[in-house]
Amino acid sequence: MDHTDLTQYLDYVLIAMLLAVGFAIVRLRNLFAVVMLTGVYSLLSAAWFVSLDAVDVAFTEAAVGAGISTVLMLGAMLLTARESEPAGAKRHWAALAVVVAAGAALFFAIPDMPVYGDPNSPANSYVGMDYMSSTPNEIAVPNVVTAVLASYRGYDTFGETVVIFTAALGVMLLLGFGTGRREDDDDAAAGKAAKAAKTEDKA
Amino acid sequence: MLEIILERFSYIPIIILMMTGLYVVIATGNLVKRLVGLSLFQTSVFLLYITMGKVFGGQPPIIAGDAHGGDAGHGADAAAGYGAEAAAGHAAETAHHVAEIAYSNPLPHVLILTAIVVGVATLAVGLALVVRIREAYGTIEDDALNAADYSLETGSAE
Repeated sequence: MDHTDLTQYLDYVLIAMLLAVGFAIVRLRNLFAVVMLTGVYSLLSAAWFVSLDAVDVAFTEAAVGAGISTVLMLGAMLLTARESEPAGAKRHWAALAVVVAAGAALFFAIPDMPVYGDPNSPANSYVGMDYMSSTPNEIAVPNVVTAVLASYRGYDTFGETVVIFTAALGVMLLLGFGTGRREDDDDAAAGKAAKAAKTEDKA
Repeated sequence: MLEIILERFSYIPIIILMMTGLYVVIATGNLVKRLVGLSLFQTSVFLLYITMGKVFGGQPPIIAGDAHGGDAGHGADAAAGYGAEAAAGHAAETAHHVAEIAYSNPLPHVLILTAIVVGVATLAVGLALVVRIREAYGTIEDDALNAADYSLETGSAE
């Protein structure tokens, strides 16, 4: 907090916009608006990621979160319903109780969290900074995120692609792709299968 | 106490955003909107991780040039193209350089990159399930789904 950095005001504006979009998603019942606002939410968080120096995360979030997720949700919305029913009062209060309890527990944990922007916090001290210092000697890729993703933690990335493959397989099996289903379901299956293939390509 | 909170101010809006997502997941009966809430929650968790990796005055974790050259990309070219001993000498310089410039922590970025892609995979499976439920039941409101299940089990409308 001692640093007077002008970009912090940009951060405050982005936080305010994220909160506004989040509350709008809670209030709205039109699913098209909700899905579009989710895309806006992803894009705003991508902007904040840039401000937080996470440029790789920012463009992945913008492409996958704001792009592919929105397309998938729009497709599912078109195949299902346009409006959501309002939540019952009982349900509203139950959800509020859970949210308040969980939120209070998280607020209680805030003092144990690393200080924002502290270069010497435990989160920023050990293995992450070791990657920073050893990447130029060992990997020779200037982007350390790429080096960690593809080399140091290559098995993680391999596991991730296995997850994507499994998900694509699951979507195809669920929607009966290529099993000669009833005629009225063909459109649904074709649409989702195309999207599943797209998701697979992204990985 | 107030100072402790102020130093960690970024967690407060993020916790509120996480709880917004959780509220949507619990309070909404519509399955598509419930998945929207889940992805809201998920994006907020990404924000939580990335703010932890931020270093004040830091740069994105992309190693820029060498200490005296000043042209970005030279360091990478040198490390990739030079012979072994030149690379070793250069590596010492670059390591020195890393100590001088503050970079943000790359590790949360890597973890969250993986999480974003896995998140869209789970979202795709969830939406496929919703589409199947709609085909089987004709509705995606979970009150109506419960009623349909109830009437199937008991053979009578609720």
